[in-house]
Amino acid sequence: MRCLKCQERAWVELKRHHAAYCAPHYTEFFERQVERNIKAKKMFTLQDKILVAVSGGKDSLALWDVLVRAGYQTAGLYIDLGISDYSMRSKEKAMAFAGERGLPLIVKDVRAEYGDGLIGISELSKALRRVPCSGCGLTKRYLLNQVAHEHGYNVLATGHNLDDEAATLMGNVLHWQMDYLARQSPVLESTHPHLAKKVKPLYTFTERETLSYVLIKGIDYIEEECPNAQGAQSIVYKEALNAIEAASPGSKQAFVDGFLKSLQPVLHRDEAGVTLNACSRCGEPTTGEVCAFCRMWERAKAAKAKGKAVIPTAS
Amino acid sequence: MKVIIRQPRRREVAIQGGRQVSDIMKELQLNPENFIAIQGRVLLTRDAFVKDDETIEILSAISGGA
Repeated sequence: MRCLKCQERAWVELKRHHAAYCAPHYTEFFERQVERNIKAKKMFTLQDKILVAVSGGKDSLALWDVLVRAGYQTAGLYIDLGISDYSMRSKEKAMAFAGERGLPLIVKDVRAEYGDGLIGISELSKALRRVPCSGCGLTKRYLLNQVAHEHGYNVLATGHNLDDEAATLMGNVLHWQMDYLARQSPVLESTHPHLAKKVKPLYTFTERETLSYVLIKGIDYIEEECPNAQGAQSIVYKEALNAIEAASPGSKQAFVDGFLKSLQPVLHRDEAGVTLNACSRCGEPTTGEVCAFCRMWERAKAAKAKGKAVIPTAS
Repeated sequence: MKVIIRQPRRREVAIQGGRQVSDIMKELQLNPENFIAIQGRVLLTRDAFVKDDETIEILSAISGGA
């Protein structure tokens, strides 16, 4: 297989684009496509201050790398969720990436700051008897907003890719989660002074494509999977979608694109008119009196105080 | 040939070489949409030919969670 641009040996094939590229032309394609997404969806400009959610994984590091190369004003935010040794190793990857490039990285330690030094995400999920990804997702969403506001970043960028979007869409459609469908978009404008605009510049790239970029660039990422994600529904959906993609290249992109063009704009209009109040505990925006984040952590601490099953894991 | 599968847990298998990456993945029942084959730092497309005395690695591209 030969590079579409130079006829050298291809390193990456993009079946759905009927294209293949050598290493330099692939990274050029990748970086241009990210820039195209940013401009087409009016995600941000060179004047914006962008907080990049960095997990130490391939997608977030690929995103940060591209944004820095393109000259955007960025800082990284790593959230230490206190998930045993996995959090420690992923934090090391994020810190090494930032350190080697002289980039600012903000680190938030969930266990220390919110769990009284005892409760991380694993203990939280046990105490509340909910799946870890649920409490983890809520904690990340809350902290990303809170840190962006506190540090003056008006845009929040995450490394969500096409597989993430297609899997989320599949889950939301299978269970007809209309509220979630209405919010699924590569761009969510700020609706409150405390809520940063949220963008997903990699939403058109498959996981193979972001991994290809990271491997070619020699970016050191955490390869291991979050121990709490084993058996996660999102992985089941991704594998199912990739079985379809193998038989019919371009299916995932058509699925997500079709949703964004045909259905999501209609649903989005239905979401207007939601009133946001300040949480009586933390002051962050919420539709109720106490935000879901504060409620969740208060319940976990109460369970611990009563001696319920909040047993810290080794870390 | 030797294949090191990083899924991400590492395992090694020895299989017949002298064929293309697509055939190797097929034998190992790996969906090429979920994986990338590499040799050293070189990324291999599905038509890349691997000799019987060579080693390749196959990396999982799938990650999950919230």
